[in-house]
Amino acid sequence: MTGPLLRIEGLGKRFGDRSVFAGVDLEVARGDRIAIIGASGSGKSTLLRCINVLEHADQGRVILGGEPVGEEVRRGERTETRYSEAALVRLRQRVGMVFQQFNLFPHMTVLGNVMEGLVTVKGMGRDAAARQALAELARVGLADKAEAYPAHLSGGQKQRVAIARALAMEPEILLFDEPTSALDPALVGEVLDAIQALAAEGRTMLLVTHEIGFAYHMATRVLFLAEGGIYEQGTPDEVLKNPRRPLTQAFIAGHRRFSF
Amino acid sequence: MSYRWDFAPVLDNWQALAFGAIGTVRLFLVCLVLGLSLGLVVALMRRSRHGVLRWLAIGFIELFRNTPVLVQILWFYFALPMLVPVEISPFGAAILGISLNSAAYSAEIYRAGIQSIEPGQWEAARAIGMTGLQVLRRIVLPQALRRVLPALTNRGIEIFKMTTLASVVAYVELLQQGKLVASLNFNPLEVYTVIGALFFLLLYPLVRATYALERRLARSD
Repeated sequence: MTGPLLRIEGLGKRFGDRSVFAGVDLEVARGDRIAIIGASGSGKSTLLRCINVLEHADQGRVILGGEPVGEEVRRGERTETRYSEAALVRLRQRVGMVFQQFNLFPHMTVLGNVMEGLVTVKGMGRDAAARQALAELARVGLADKAEAYPAHLSGGQKQRVAIARALAMEPEILLFDEPTSALDPALVGEVLDAIQALAAEGRTMLLVTHEIGFAYHMATRVLFLAEGGIYEQGTPDEVLKNPRRPLTQAFIAGHRRFSF
Repeated sequence: MSYRWDFAPVLDNWQALAFGAIGTVRLFLVCLVLGLSLGLVVALMRRSRHGVLRWLAIGFIELFRNTPVLVQILWFYFALPMLVPVEISPFGAAILGISLNSAAYSAEIYRAGIQSIEPGQWEAARAIGMTGLQVLRRIVLPQALRRVLPALTNRGIEIFKMTTLASVVAYVELLQQGKLVASLNFNPLEVYTVIGALFFLLLYPLVRATYALERRLARSD
């Protein structure tokens, strides 16, 4: 396949009267690790959620592996994008997501959580699914918790299970939506280690985060969102160490205020 | 005032009462299954994307919640056959009245349960590629049903007791048989005491069983 794995063209999203962002263009090649930073309300999470269509963009389109996601239909003056359930199911198997609040299924064991997509979505037999789910759990260091219920895990463990659940579907792209923001500071490290390990495997990922230091070490590219779009982007060194534009500079300075 | 309790005539008629008890349990089981499953269908219709289904569900719920079951049973028994050429047995009229009424109530219970599930559960399930139906079946309903089990138990108890309303169309159940026995022996005190006790003895074990079910479902806490 030639061309980028993921391309975003002129993406725009508004909530009521308020435009979150508009005209966002982005190309993601295989192996890219893109950190998305910015102030609260700058649309980082919304941008991520438009990629796997948990949020419907109002303008523009998402092109995955050369194929546009959804179908554009004309409605009077405007064109809008419709998504068939089948198209969304295909898309979401290719694009995995990890949430800030973990969103594990509380009525299933850890193993059940990781197996669920394999059995229900991929139609895999239970035995094969359990074997693969255990392998994914081992990868995040939680094979021994397979029979536990989510309620009995720490936040960091829950998030690692959520990562294993996303990985089990063998997605081509992983979306992380502030994966450590709901965690005790002491538990952030284990989750970042798990993400770092995935980065080392060369996986393609987009990561919305407030962990600027982690973004610096992990990302191949950093996007700073402000003023309703991508305000500044570049390598971690460019954006995080030597930001050129004022809002980026102020944002980075704010984050460095207490470094020692 | 001293009244000499005499349960002998009641015991002499145990066969009539047993017959009634069978009628009660039979009506209860049919109405429980029909009412609670139709209620789930109505609750899902009420959440549908299609306006027609939504309005049908709301119309159904409001119609059957806001009319007395007694009137519904009488209506199905006496009025419906005048409108359409069907013959309805007392059993059929009682099933219709009690089941439809219970469906309307339980639909709202299911709706409350489904709405109480965090949006993050839907999102996480969709994010691994599940369809809307799969999310409902695998993720949302199992959690929602667990949360509304106490309310559904209430509904079940109510259904059990509503079966007595079927006596109005002379369906053979406990109360109907009790009335018969009492009128033959002029002993309403003993008969209705026994009828009340029988209801308690039949219902209470069922309620205990739902507690056991709740505990079993609480494993994941």
